Amino acid sequence: MSLVSIRDVRKSFGPNEVLKGVSLEIAKGDVVAIIGRSGSGKSTLLRCINGLETYQSGAIVADGIEVGGASTNLRELRRHVGMVFQQFNLFPHLTAAENVMLAPTVVNKVSKAEARTTAAEVLAKVGLSEKMDAYPSELSGGQQQRVAIARSLAMRPKVLLCDEITSALDPELVNEVLRVVEQLAREGMTLILVTHEMRFARDVGTKLVFMHHGKVHEEGVPKEVFAAPRTPELQQFVGQVG
Amino acid sequence: MSYKLQFTELLPYWNVLLYGLLFTIVLTVVSTAAGIAVGTASAAARTFGPLWLGRIVAVYVELIRNTPFIVQLFFIFFGLPALGLKLSESTAAFLAMVINLGAYSTEIIRAGIEAVPKGHIEAGLSLAMSKWEVLRHIVLNQAFRKIYPALSSQIIIVMLGSAVVSQISAEDLTYAANFVASRNFRNFEVYLLVALAYLLLALLTRSLLRALGRVIFKAR
Repeated sequence: MSLVSIRDVRKSFGPNEVLKGVSLEIAKGDVVAIIGRSGSGKSTLLRCINGLETYQSGAIVADGIEVGGASTNLRELRRHVGMVFQQFNLFPHLTAAENVMLAPTVVNKVSKAEARTTAAEVLAKVGLSEKMDAYPSELSGGQQQRVAIARSLAMRPKVLLCDEITSALDPELVNEVLRVVEQLAREGMTLILVTHEMRFARDVGTKLVFMHHGKVHEEGVPKEVFAAPRTPELQQFVGQVG
Repeated sequence: MSYKLQFTELLPYWNVLLYGLLFTIVLTVVSTAAGIAVGTASAAARTFGPLWLGRIVAVYVELIRNTPFIVQLFFIFFGLPALGLKLSESTAAFLAMVINLGAYSTEIIRAGIEAVPKGHIEAGLSLAMSKWEVLRHIVLNQAFRKIYPALSSQIIIVMLGSAVVSQISAEDLTYAANFVASRNFRNFEVYLLVALAYLLLALLTRSLLRALGRVIFKAR
């Protein structure tokens, strides 16, 4: 059974339809790389999965919770569906450890001590044990993004949504973040990534989704799709970015 | 044109003046605390609350910001008794101050809330926090940090503006000055002294608020 199931989702911003009937099945342990031109609806689709955006028709079910209805328990949904953003969005008034501890203490009501143990564990996982008490302004972009990943992991999500998480980084900092994501993939975390890192999508992804004009234009096993893109649009896209 | 300063003639009234000074200080401290609480709640309602509540807040804010403080004070003290709500001079003074600062600080705090990047709010929501948890733990701290200097200035403005409450015989520093001057006719001395007292109070408040800010918002 799918962990995330997207069926014929349509979404418009005013008169502009950005998702024109998207369907996608994502199983536990999948590492899905969503690629496509800007404006093709990739980020919007991702944001619909954890309810940051609403959609007009179709259905999304994530971890058994139907997303998008008026009665959707967004809190329950988001406890299981984490998200990491392009702009890191660390809370600047809190240290790295406090950033990680906030949601577990506020949402899950765990004790400060327990939350700090978890924070130490997830920050170690992203290689930032020694930066626990540093403020975001004292960290590089790559380090900030790794804290943001740790912050999501502290909630023990079943799916992690990554929205162009390396796009705001200097080129030399991209790899340290990708290594963390790759490690998560190896450990079996279900990941849905909107990305421009084609090599990463090919090497780490288990599934490639090419979006074009608000639709899934092509999907399949990354290595096969990259080796032999069927549609001219993907051929052209791969030619431009690859 | 020669005037002989005689500050000694104020000495018999030292207790009246001291009481007035203390009244002004307490009035400022209490109405600052309550006014900022009102302002925070109103700003939160306007940015995070339902539309109808935001509208009510907007009416409150515009009503207060576009009418003179002394008229608000008179309305509360002289007007409300017509509705059966009769308040003492001090209660009316406190209430008017809280309502006034509440409205001005609403706009200041709202500006702070709106300056917090939307991404921070989305990050909080994505961590399964509720809107109100996001407001409390992520937004307000950052908002207050940004608007603290503006809010400090507003507190001083309100403190100086509190002199107006003497007009309904609330026994503040200005009331004390009026009282003394009417007794010994030493207008020059008494208003000079009281002006200096306000000046000192304002400077003191400013440095106190600055020190407080350094403690609350530790430098990063």
